Amino acid sequence: MLGFINILLAGIAYGFVLFLMAGGLSITLGLMKFANMAHAAFAMVGGYSAALLIAKADVPFVPAVIGAAFIAALTGALFERVLFHRFYRAPELEQVLMTIGVVYVAIAGATYFVGPEQIAISVPAWLEGNVPLGVLEINNYRAFLILVGLALLGGVVGFIERTTFGAKIRAAVANRRMTASCGIDVDRLYTAAFALGSALAGLGGALSVKLIGLDPYFPIKFLTELLIVVSVGGLGSLGGTFVAAILFGVVDVAGKYLFPEAGGFILYAAALIVLTVRPQGLAGPQL
Amino acid sequence: MNGPVLHTSDLYKSFGGLTVINGVNFSLGRGARHALIGPNGAGKSSLVHLLTGFLRPSRGEIFLDGARIDQLPIENRIALGLGRTFQVNALFPRLTPLESLVLAVSRRSGLLGQPLRALSRCSHVVEEAHDIAIRTGLADVCLKPTRELPYGRQRLLEIALALSGNPTVLLLDEPAAGVPASESYEVMEAIEALPNEVSILFIEHDMELVFRFAERITVLVAGSILCEGPPDEIARDSDVQRVYLGAKAHG
Amino acid sequence: MTAVDIVLVRKAIRERARWRSLEIAFWVAAACSYFLFPTHLVLLTQIIISGLFAMSLDLLLGYGGIPSFGHAAFFGLGAYTAGLLAAHGWGEPLSGLLAGGAVAGATGLLFSIVIARVHGAAMLMVTMCVGLLVYEAASRTPWLTGGDTGLQGIAMWPVLGRFEFDLFGKTAFWYAYAVAFALYLAARRYVSSPEGLALEGMRENPTRIASLAISSAKRKMIAFTVSATLAGFAGALLAQTTQIVALETLSFDRSVSTLIMLVVGGLGSLIGGFLGAALFVWLRDILSALNPVYWMFWLGLILIGMMLSARGGLVGGVALLSKRMRAMIGSAT
Repeated sequence: MLGFINILLAGIAYGFVLFLMAGGLSITLGLMKFANMAHAAFAMVGGYSAALLIAKADVPFVPAVIGAAFIAALTGALFERVLFHRFYRAPELEQVLMTIGVVYVAIAGATYFVGPEQIAISVPAWLEGNVPLGVLEINNYRAFLILVGLALLGGVVGFIERTTFGAKIRAAVANRRMTASCGIDVDRLYTAAFALGSALAGLGGALSVKLIGLDPYFPIKFLTELLIVVSVGGLGSLGGTFVAAILFGVVDVAGKYLFPEAGGFILYAAALIVLTVRPQGLAGPQL
Repeated sequence: MNGPVLHTSDLYKSFGGLTVINGVNFSLGRGARHALIGPNGAGKSSLVHLLTGFLRPSRGEIFLDGARIDQLPIENRIALGLGRTFQVNALFPRLTPLESLVLAVSRRSGLLGQPLRALSRCSHVVEEAHDIAIRTGLADVCLKPTRELPYGRQRLLEIALALSGNPTVLLLDEPAAGVPASESYEVMEAIEALPNEVSILFIEHDMELVFRFAERITVLVAGSILCEGPPDEIARDSDVQRVYLGAKAHG
Repeated sequence: MTAVDIVLVRKAIRERARWRSLEIAFWVAAACSYFLFPTHLVLLTQIIISGLFAMSLDLLLGYGGIPSFGHAAFFGLGAYTAGLLAAHGWGEPLSGLLAGGAVAGATGLLFSIVIARVHGAAMLMVTMCVGLLVYEAASRTPWLTGGDTGLQGIAMWPVLGRFEFDLFGKTAFWYAYAVAFALYLAARRYVSSPEGLALEGMRENPTRIASLAISSAKRKMIAFTVSATLAGFAGALLAQTTQIVALETLSFDRSVSTLIMLVVGGLGSLIGGFLGAALFVWLRDILSALNPVYWMFWLGLILIGMMLSARGGLVGGVALLSKRMRAMIGSAT
């Protein structure tokens, strides 16, 4: 029973990290209708930034992670301004191929500058070890992830739903021209939304290094996972993405412990069934 | 053959809380020239979508020649003899009018579903497509990609495609919409030339077209039929004047 | 305004199926390459096989507008079917080829029936998931597929009972060439048939297709079945000519690479898949040997550049170039 709860918590923690990374993708893909296959590359930028800040610049863990999110946000905004925004009205296939091009360049760049081996991140002492919770003992890092994840979930959803910024994004996506004629700078809005999505991805990437490690092939390895989470959750729905991410994390971790021979089979089969029965995802708009 | 060629029985359609078609009992007579008019948002296009299968009714039934069709998919209804045009052209941008018509005729001739059949050997299909192009005044541009044609010609192709299935019932959704005045003459000629055996229902805002062409008018307002009758009756009806023609004076 | 008369119309229809110079050039050049590069036969055979696979994707994506992000599943199914037959004692090439195509085709048909309701972006996800699923299934059953080490022990009998598979790859080359060419002819026929026209119509405007009483679902079924069968043939060819089948044949990487080959060569032209494959496989061979990182980097840049310029790949570029040249010649005379 204890083992079962531990697996559950490990899965949930992983799920939170996935949510952070997939949340931004849900925004760009679902709200902005931009098929960004390079999203996981921004998560990778966050991961490497955090690891390098800690290892080379002696920055403490929490500021490094926050710094990583900033760096990822800047990178995202840069790419959006220079390259991505030209493709907002292009056919989906072109968006897919262009962003895959960006992924390949990112992988090559990471291999060249940081090296092809997997890197580890050094985590401060207060995040190592276990904390007792009644009769259980939870791994500190996982508990930290869950707390941070909950806080961010509330923050991000509140931000999108309650603030004017969020309202402007939703308006711009519903009707770009109308929003622009209300005097709102839609270009800047989209850049800001993209930066937000990339920041979340970078945060998720930075936090994930301790859990799953990091190597230059991260963007391709996680592309499929993130795409599945976002489609099963429902494009544009952060709530749906959250549920899908948690489910994904739990099924993935539980699957690996309980049925190691099956690998990702259960996951992909489950995703396929959901998508065939309900192509719009759990919380997506009715197609 | 008695009875209307197309009719609905207590037809309802709602999207959540919004009811767009509210208990419509509509009949289209054989060989009719029947116009459907009404203010914007009255549900005219929705009614055509329901008749042709692009929308499924929430309640009620639709009959084509006495046979129930409201549960059939679009393709089946068209194959049974319905034809329709769209308010905004629904054409194949990169195909030529000839190719589009060949496609329509191929379906009718049962040539689909055979991937190894050479089109160049199906001369009867090509000839028939060419004939339709000539009859609808598209013969001179039939080899240009559709997206290169002027809008009025595209509108003609829209009608030609609807006719290519040899329909018994033709539903035209604002056939002259968006056509510049210089080209609308051709569109009107094409409509005028439509065979008498085909029963026609058309939605129009252009009152000149309506009163010139319709033998019977139905006025639809907020999803219900306000009134119905021959053109001069409708023109004199005070309700209609108030709800629709009166509003038209402003617009 | 002179009406276009029936003679011109018939000519226009025949034009659709006419052999373009680019097509003739490719098949002639491919045959010549056997004599020009006798030490590179394995690579050349790879190009032909990858080209055939890319062409199968073109039918679906270029002509039908149906995205498929997991097409390698069909390729790999064909490869493993043919490979397993040979590894278990039946090394006859043509029947193995047919078996590979049949298994892949049946899977494609089944798949198209199940996912008939799915469109657009969801289609991308679903096809990707299927690809991943098949990969996982193959990866977790090493007793059947050989797992990471690959399926080995494939011993092929002579083609048509006469032509033995030799160490230099001569038989393999001509075997692949003949099969690919025959299938190319079949694909051309499909595309220039009324059914092919219906497929394009479905891509251009599904609403109008429905209004012509043409079933989109049926077009998808036919396109998927044909495309999957061709992909399966390509995979079977790979298994038979290299006499080993690796998990890579089912991988996401292969699906994406083939998509890139197709786009580089030019969607919706059939020959584009072969041209793109030639360029891609050749470049990869050179650049990967230097440094695998270089290959990824340049491939990425080329992709971005191509999408920015949107010229329709090699085929589109050639068409544009020849249009410009004709205009120049026309204005000069």
